[in-house]
Formats: sequence, C-alpha cells, structure tokens
Amino acid sequence: MNYKLNYILHLADNALILGHRLSEWCGHGPVLEQDMALTNIALDLVGQSRSLYQLAASIQDEGKTEDDLAYFRDVIDFKNVLLVEQENGDFAQTILRQFLFDAYNFHLYQKLLKSSDKQLSAIAEKSLKEITYHLRWSSEWVIRLGDGTEESNRRINEAIEALWPYAGELFIPATYELEAVKEGLGVDSASLKELWSTEIKNVFDEANLEVPEESWVQKGGKNGIHTEKLGFLLAEMQFLQRAYPGQEW
Amino acid sequence: MDNNWPLWEVFIRSKSGLHHKHVGSLHAVDAEMAIQNARDVYTRRSEGVSIWVVASSNITASNPENGEALFDPANDKVYRHPTFYNLPDELKHI
Repeated sequence: MNYKLNYILHLADNALILGHRLSEWCGHGPVLEQDMALTNIALDLVGQSRSLYQLAASIQDEGKTEDDLAYFRDVIDFKNVLLVEQENGDFAQTILRQFLFDAYNFHLYQKLLKSSDKQLSAIAEKSLKEITYHLRWSSEWVIRLGDGTEESNRRINEAIEALWPYAGELFIPATYELEAVKEGLGVDSASLKELWSTEIKNVFDEANLEVPEESWVQKGGKNGIHTEKLGFLLAEMQFLQRAYPGQEW
Repeated sequence: MDNNWPLWEVFIRSKSGLHHKHVGSLHAVDAEMAIQNARDVYTRRSEGVSIWVVASSNITASNPENGEALFDPANDKVYRHPTFYNLPDELKHI
C-alpha cells in the first residue's frame, strides 16, 4: 500500500508546489491579463493537489486531512520533482518551468486516465482539461519569447540554461513509481520521455530555440532530497498552520 | 501603465442559441493571445461557451456629436413601436 500513497503524494506535491510558486506572481504579473492567467493556473494546480491529497489521506487512513498533508509535512517528506520548486526568476524562467512541466504533465495525465484506480483516473480526467490549457498557454509564450525581441530571446535562453538540468529527473522513476506501474496504478515516467521530447522540439523549433544536449541531471526530489529553495517555500506556505495549528477560515 | 499592446474588444456567448454580447476589452499582442486572455479575464466563472475578439481599431463608432441627427428623429415616431395591436388573451410572453 505504501507505494500507492507515495505515488499519489508525488503527484499531489508536484501540483501544490508549482501552484504555490505561481501564486507568488499574484499582483506582480507583467500585465493584468497575464497576472490573471498565472493565478488561474495556480488555482487549477492547487485544486488538483487538493483532490489528490484527499485521495492520499483516504489511502493512509490515519484520520488525517488534505491540510495535514499539505501543511504538516517537512521538506524530506515532499516528493515533488526539483523542477517545480525552482524560483520564479523572471517571466521567461516562470514560463519555461511551466512549459517543461506542462509538456510532461499533459502526457502523464493522459495515461493516468487508464489507471487501475478509479478515483485517480477520475481526478486525471478532470485535471486534464486544465492541463491542456496550461500547455497551450505556456507553449504560446515560449514561442513568443523565443521568437520575440532580442531581450526576450536572451531571457528565455538564460531560462533554458538554468532549468534544463532539472528536466531529466521527470523521466527517472522512483521505486514507488515502478511499483505503481506494476500494479497498473501509475505510469512509467521513463516512457513519457519521447512524447515530451517531441513536444519540446516542436515548440522550440517554432520559437527559434535550440534544444540543449543531454547532460548531467539534477535529481532527488522524488525521494525527498530537495534543493534549498523548497525549505523557504514551505516556511512561507506552512507558516500559518504551523503557528496556529488547526486554524480555519 | 506603459503598455503598447493593442486593445481588443471581447464578446461572449453565454449559452448556445444566444448571441455574443460585448463584455469588455483587454490588451494582447494578437488575436490568439486575446482569446486566451479573454478566457482568463472574462470566463472564470463559467460565463460563456464561445468567445469573439475584435481589434478595437477595427470598430467604427458613431460620433456623440451627431447624436441629435442620428437618434432624435425617432423620438416622435411612436407608431414604430408595435404597441397598437390588440393581442388575443391567449398569447403570452409578448
């Protein structure tokens, strides 16, 4: 059962941490329209994480709630990939992080529709509509930035350089992923690499961007070994529940 | 705000069968982005099933100064309103 809980937590943590990162843009977007787009996507992701945490809590069956899982676990308990905890940086970096993740998430959730777990496949079906839009939005922006001005092209290239080492981790399955695949619950993330690469290449081609060579990969997030950035994120996100446990609206 | 993106007018159809209604405007670099922005700005609460965007620069508006010539002549032509017909009682919703 442990693999099942870990697998769902991994999916939930990816959504929550990326959603929280995007929420940091609230009120800081470059233009009103994009401020709303960023925060809409943030809300989509936080909403997806809620459904997944509820499922995880019911698997765990220790009387815990979605809030316990989001607010009372420490860095080492979080199973999100390193990519999603990276800082927002400039708009280009936020866009690229989103695009690299959306392209992966889109194909992952399409396959999760066939999960042996009925609840997980129902969550995937609902989430996929949102993720399809996220991918469309972030792809459009990568093309605009890459094929835009000299400055936007420079910035998106800097983002590629900064984030590329974190992309590889998506396709290196953790033990609980492999067990979830065996049981028909989950998807073999290594099998998504080709679909992802095609997605990236098509958009980069249109954006006049070079796909970097395969190189050294930063990994560990799936097993709770995170970059220092996650600690700061959790400190802010969890502050209220840690300081005033059980507070409600 | 210093923003050189062109302005777009947004029209939303709230239900199939109804017509598109003007709901507001927004900035975007092109039509595709205008649709995406309209989706995020104007349909967050399930307001619509279809979106039109039109570059504001493509709209020709009547000049308020010509208001008298354009609209006042209709004021004393009450016979243009279909209020002089006797309708049978069985007819409802008119």
